[in-house]
Order: sequence, then structure tokens, then C-alpha cells
Amino acid sequence: MNEINIKAEKLSLDALWTGDKAEIAILVEIFMDPVYRLALRMTGSEQDAEDITQETFIKVIKSLPDFEGRSQLATWIYRIAMNESLMNLRRRKPAGSTVEIDAGNEEEDSAEIEIIDWAAQPEAELLDSEGKQQLDLAIARLPESMRSVFTLRDLQGLSIEETASVLGISIPNVKTRLLRARLKLRQDLSLYHRERLGRSD
Amino acid sequence: MGQTTECQKLLGELSNLIDGTLSPELCSELEAHLKECTNCRIVVNTTRKTIDLYHVEESQMGMPEPAREKLWKRLELGDITPRGKSM
Repeated sequence: MNEINIKAEKLSLDALWTGDKAEIAILVEIFMDPVYRLALRMTGSEQDAEDITQETFIKVIKSLPDFEGRSQLATWIYRIAMNESLMNLRRRKPAGSTVEIDAGNEEEDSAEIEIIDWAAQPEAELLDSEGKQQLDLAIARLPESMRSVFTLRDLQGLSIEETASVLGISIPNVKTRLLRARLKLRQDLSLYHRERLGRSD
Repeated sequence: MGQTTECQKLLGELSNLIDGTLSPELCSELEAHLKECTNCRIVVNTTRKTIDLYHVEESQMGMPEPAREKLWKRLELGDITPRGKSM
């Protein structure tokens, strides 16, 4: 999967199973930032990401004795973190919260393809505070089903197979959602850069 | 975007092209199309750039220190210090 997996493979499952605090501390240290980032991308809220990270590790530690080691530890932890994030989003909906911006219909996306070549713009400009804000907005606008796939595959660096396993969906489904997510983000950022480049003319 | 059949094919395979998971034959076919089609080149480049920008932004995101401390406390790991890290 990546360096996280390499670090995780060095953990002693025996020590984790017996509740060895020093080993648990290493596990938390390895996965703390990835879990926080996953939760932050899914919810767009630092406070929620903090709460979700706490809840995730409480569940992880509680369930460690039941972890059979058949799946990778990382996949198992990501699944718990993703479920916590999705539950957090579900809890917001009945209150009529406007935080979750869901485009709803997955079928209607990527119909339009904006053609503007902004890829060669200086990175300092693409990632200034306004640029970053647009990145955050674009990902928040993705439907949840695409955001989860993009977050796991492109941001956390999981393979297609691992992403499918975490989300409990098929590999073709991951591929479809990933392509749609990438195209939708590209489209959103292209529209923004068209407007921004027009402003600087 | 005035799309040809080749453009549509490229869009359908865009993820595989970016991830390098295309068969060599299909890869050469799409590369040949890219040489001739400016619009598709822009779509591929801006999609790659989109993913790159999220990667860079992601690498700058971490759990804030106060939140780390709260997590440590909540998990009752209090006096345990992970190797190579001062909490």
C-alpha cells in the first residue's frame, strides 16, 4: 500500500492482542495522521475529524482482540475510520445541515468538459490560500460515494483492491467512481481557473 | 469539446492511462491520439495536475498538536511515548 503499510507490518499482532500499551501507542502514532486526514476530507470539519479520530481509535483498541489478521491491519483501520466518517455525515442530514454538499445524481456528472490549460500555472499560485480553498470546495462538492473512493485511492494511496475492500464495493464500482471523481474535480478546478485567469487579464 | 470516437475512448480510459494500467497496445493507441488532439492533452494534463495538487495539499495536513494531546489522553496512553516521538 505504501509506507504506512510497511510501518504497520512491523507491529506485533501478539502484543496488540494482549493489549500491550507501548505497541498500541506505536499503532496510534502510525495511523493518527492518515485517519485524521481521511476524516477531514470526508467531513470538511476539523472538529469532526478530531472526534472521528478519537472514536476510531477507541473502537480499534476495543476490537483488537477480535482482529484475526486475515485482512491487512491498515485496511481494517481505514474501514472503521470510514464508517465513523460516514456515520458522522448521516447524523448531520436530518438536521437539514447545509454542510454536506452532495451533487446527488452520479449519472449526470462529467457531461461537460471544460478545456482550459491551467496545468502549467505556477504551483505557488495553484496552492495559494484561494487555490487551496477551491481544492477543499471541489472535494466537498463531490457526492459522498465518489469522495470516499477518491480519498482512499488517490489521497491515502490505497490500491483499487484495497479501496474496494474498505468500502465493501466491487472493483469495477471503485474504478467507475474514481474516474467520475477525478473528472468532476478536474472540471470544477478548470471552471475556477478559467474565472481566475480571466480576472488577471 | 468536439469529441471524436477516439476522444471518448480516451475519456473512458483516463484513469487507467494516468495509473499506468493500460495494455501496451491501448496505451500506444491513446498516446498516438494524444499527439494529435490538443483538447485531450489538456484533459489528461489537468487531471494529472488535479491529483498532484491534492497530494501536495494532503502532505501539508496533519492532526493539530492540541488534538493529538487530547487523543493521547482519551486513549489513556498518557505516559507512553511512541518511539522517536516526543508527546
